[in-house]
Amino acid sequence: MLNEIAFLLCAALTLAGAVAAMTLRNLAHCALCAAGAFAGLAAIYLQLDAEFAGFAQLLVYVGAIAILILFTVLLTRGAEIQPGGPAASTSRGMGLGVGALVTACLIGAIMASPGLRGHAPQTVHAPVKRIGEQLMNQYVMPLEAIGLLLTAALLGAVIIALREPPKEPPAP
Amino acid sequence: MRGLDQIFVWIGREVAGWAPAPAQPLVSAILIIAGIMAVFGTCFALTTIAERKILGRMQNRFGPNRVGPCGLFQPLADAVKMLTKEDIVPFSADKTLHFLAPLVMTTPIWLAFAVLPFGRNMSALDLDSGILFFFAIGSASELAVFMAGWSSQNKYSLVGAMRAIAQMISYEVPLVLSTVPVLMLAGSLSLNEIVAAQGTHTLGGLARWNVFTPWGLAGLLLFLIAATAESNRSPFDLPEGESEIIAGYLTEYSGFKYALFFLGEYLGLFAITGLAVTLFLGGWRAPFQWLEWVPSWLWFGGKFGVLIFLFIWVRATLPRLRLDQLLNFSWRFLAPLTLINLAVAAAWHWTGAWESAAAAPVRWVLCAALIALPAHWLGRALRGAVPPPRKYHYAE
Amino acid sequence: MTTPLAHYLILAALLFGVGLAGALARRNAILVLVGLELMFNAANLNFIAFWRFGPRPEALTGLMFVLFSIAIGAAEAAIGLALVIAIYRHRRTAQVDRFDSLKG
Repeated sequence: MLNEIAFLLCAALTLAGAVAAMTLRNLAHCALCAAGAFAGLAAIYLQLDAEFAGFAQLLVYVGAIAILILFTVLLTRGAEIQPGGPAASTSRGMGLGVGALVTACLIGAIMASPGLRGHAPQTVHAPVKRIGEQLMNQYVMPLEAIGLLLTAALLGAVIIALREPPKEPPAP
Repeated sequence: MRGLDQIFVWIGREVAGWAPAPAQPLVSAILIIAGIMAVFGTCFALTTIAERKILGRMQNRFGPNRVGPCGLFQPLADAVKMLTKEDIVPFSADKTLHFLAPLVMTTPIWLAFAVLPFGRNMSALDLDSGILFFFAIGSASELAVFMAGWSSQNKYSLVGAMRAIAQMISYEVPLVLSTVPVLMLAGSLSLNEIVAAQGTHTLGGLARWNVFTPWGLAGLLLFLIAATAESNRSPFDLPEGESEIIAGYLTEYSGFKYALFFLGEYLGLFAITGLAVTLFLGGWRAPFQWLEWVPSWLWFGGKFGVLIFLFIWVRATLPRLRLDQLLNFSWRFLAPLTLINLAVAAAWHWTGAWESAAAAPVRWVLCAALIALPAHWLGRALRGAVPPPRKYHYAE
Repeated sequence: MTTPLAHYLILAALLFGVGLAGALARRNAILVLVGLELMFNAANLNFIAFWRFGPRPEALTGLMFVLFSIAIGAAEAAIGLALVIAIYRHRRTAQVDRFDSLKG
């Protein structure tokens, strides 16, 4: 019972944050509501006994990606107010329509499967030691690949966002 | 003296026993939370007065000594002042964010105290990945700093907030990396197990705290430097330095909200100090085996007090760093050193067979050289060219 | 654990829908990336839910996948936002419907 209430609260927080992130006009508010949605999801991971994933989600998404988004919002000021227009409402309508369609298909598929209604699985332990052992034994290739990927991403992001020395006056 | 050691655990169990059976977990949780908040709230009050007195003494003046004996009631006076000040919110400020920022700053920090082991059997939560929880919670305070700076709609606040966030994320890397050797050699992320791994004693009765190994000593120093920067304390307090940028992201806060930010900052300092004690100084363990009769929470408190004094001492002594000096220091000195420290810890582990022979000093010196030499070279690289010795010209 | 699997999956589907609708409807590049991150998170939630309720949770497959997915999502967000900053410097705008010319 308590479990249900906790899940509903976290789910409400997550969905509210996500909807707010996608509908608010003020970009910084959007980014902060997205951070709230990520935090709600971390709570749900903790409920699902995925401790490590929950804390990693908090550390990476709330602690790093949300801040990255906020810095980008600050560095691209002047692009906040979105002018309305016919193109705006068409694209918005189509976006909402596609999103609603996909959600409806997914929820329909979920409701149509009786096997998903079951509950009370066994208690699950995901000790960090086992995660480490698996990372070193079974998943060592993905681990090395992720290391390379993150290095490449770090270098790439720094190079892309590097301010070039001014060679010519910027185009108006 | 087992009784005195476990007295808080015993009190908690007794009081929770008075409650009806279904409510017992809730009551014991509330007791633990109340206990932690009471102890660290008092610690906050004492630290504010201790800091001002110690800073004063180191600067050859008395600290506050008007209110109460030796100025000990100063925190009460400060509290009355903070609570009765008018709460000014700028007209064009973003009201919701301006209100929420102090709350988002303070609330996660209380969570961080839940995993620290304050004594034998005295940690509130025994999480399998305790350290990860700690660092995940700590990263929420950066969002609060941004909210404070941005919602004030003030140039100084925004610049201060961006500087503070840049400083905090830059120093998160050495902070986390300097704890990795401890985790590696203890084999677990759980803080109770890390304290237990520092429990055995070498010959001579000296406990095997991590700080008595070369990588532990280097790790403690790196951790403390990164912790000073994470808590925005001097010499890394550029974001809130009064002579630089008014008060940075705290400019538009007054009264109780300012007190909450102040509280959040000090609580963050306490949490990180508690973590340093747990990881490097053996937690609640005594340094010698014949001193084990002293209660474990007293040992924790003593080490904690020594580290807090160290922080206050550093604040009184060192001048403030500029922003580019700060960031260079983190990325070009601390981060490579923490990685080299990891290799040194591995080397220490591989030469474990030299432990009991007379080669133990050789092991220590070798591992210490492995970290001290790169530190020296990195320091030289950071400083750049050394200016020539000064020529003094005297008036005739 | 009294919540059935279907509830977690419905939450993930709704989150995915919100992310997709936002990524398609909003015109600011940063918000498109936020929508992408929400979709990533919805997929991660799916993985964790199926891992938890699945036949062999001790194999930790879902958890490992999610860890790698979080890392990849972070890398992608970093590169995407760096690109937005670079384009902003060049074109002074972050609206995706202005990024319509290869010249420059």
